[in-house]
Amino acid sequence: MKSKMTFESAVSRLEEIVASLQDSTVSLEESLKLYEEGAKLSKYCYETLEKAEQKVRTLTGEETINEA
Amino acid sequence: MNAHTNVLTVTQLNTYVKSILEGDRNLQAVYVQGEISNFTDHYRSGHLYFSLKDSGGVIKAVMFAGNARRLRFKPEDGMKVLACGKVSLYEVTGQYQFYVNELQPVGAGALAIAFEQLKNRLEKEGLFAEEHKKALPRCPERIGVVTSPTGAAVRDILNILSRRWPLSEVVLCPVLVQGEGAAQQIAEAIARFNREKAADVLIVGRGGGSIEDLWAFNEECVARAVAESKIPIISAVGHETDFTICDFVADLRAPTPSAAAELAVPDRGEVLRNLLHTDEVLRNSLQNRMNLERQKLDRVTTALGESFNRPLEKSHQKLSKLMAQLDALSPLKVLGRGYAVIKKEDGTILENASEAAPDEILHLRLKNGALKCRVLEQEQV
Repeated sequence: MKSKMTFESAVSRLEEIVASLQDSTVSLEESLKLYEEGAKLSKYCYETLEKAEQKVRTLTGEETINEA
Repeated sequence: MNAHTNVLTVTQLNTYVKSILEGDRNLQAVYVQGEISNFTDHYRSGHLYFSLKDSGGVIKAVMFAGNARRLRFKPEDGMKVLACGKVSLYEVTGQYQFYVNELQPVGAGALAIAFEQLKNRLEKEGLFAEEHKKALPRCPERIGVVTSPTGAAVRDILNILSRRWPLSEVVLCPVLVQGEGAAQQIAEAIARFNREKAADVLIVGRGGGSIEDLWAFNEECVARAVAESKIPIISAVGHETDFTICDFVADLRAPTPSAAAELAVPDRGEVLRNLLHTDEVLRNSLQNRMNLERQKLDRVTTALGESFNRPLEKSHQKLSKLMAQLDALSPLKVLGRGYAVIKKEDGTILENASEAAPDEILHLRLKNGALKCRVLEQEQV
């Protein structure tokens, strides 16, 4: 799993996986793979939620963009 | 005509009358109430020309650009106003007129009128249209906050965001929220968040105050910045009862800054509960699938056994039938009933008496054992 994954995309993917698992046309091998991925995602989401600490930063007055 | 009478030029006369008017201190700071008519906005110069009238008469009026710029509403024909200024004469036309320094609507306040005018104009332009409203992200990674760094609003917003959804980063852009330059700072902050792509959703607002205090959020430059923003904006100005132009243009209006923070993010507790549920569904789905596959496997195994057993059983039945037939036809069975098979010495079976000559040796096969016999005589039957 990529570390760059956002919480929202993880939740979306998890929902997708749950929907696929309820579709009996998906092969059993695929289902097992999906379940494994889903279990990982679910763990990632839990941990992210549990460990989160708010970061606050300020946009400073200095612009990084040059406006000629 | 009297030759001693001084003859004046037109200009001299106008100048003289003008000096009389301007010499009267009562006419140098006059408040006049009337209705605007023949209003002309001189776009190039910025000067405003109009007349003030009541049921008995009319006076020409002019408001120079320097004063007109400070107006917060746009004068219109038929509007009842209180004008403050001086009376003088315009020598070029010989027209005496009212030079307006300040203009205020009578009845509704200037700000209320300005609000309605800007609101109507922007509404006609389509800035408030539903189809321009952008959807808010479900779980924003970064939340931009455009407000005063010292007010209660920023504290409330930060408190609620950290309690509800500490996953996101809060990016503060401190601005003045009232007074000179506030609107420009707010508009610039919104534009900057967009230029730098520094947030997924913006909260723009301030705490409660008088209509004057909240005025920056009714300025056109703020409305334009909100309308042009690619980042969805939640407007949160003042209290529940305060409506600003910024609220109308924004993608979502929150009644207060605290409410804006609640609208911007989901609740961690709720998301956790949902996640728990999803996890359960995930597990159950696999379990159900496994059960389903197991049943399928059982069915297939049974079917396989059946398809293998059926032909065997058939053969078995056929075999016992054949054996019964074979048994029924067996010659031993006939011998069992007291018959014998008679063979010649060469082994051919004897069917007719004429086939055996007297003294010939014949072999008799009985149910049990055999006999070797000699023919005594042929008898005619």
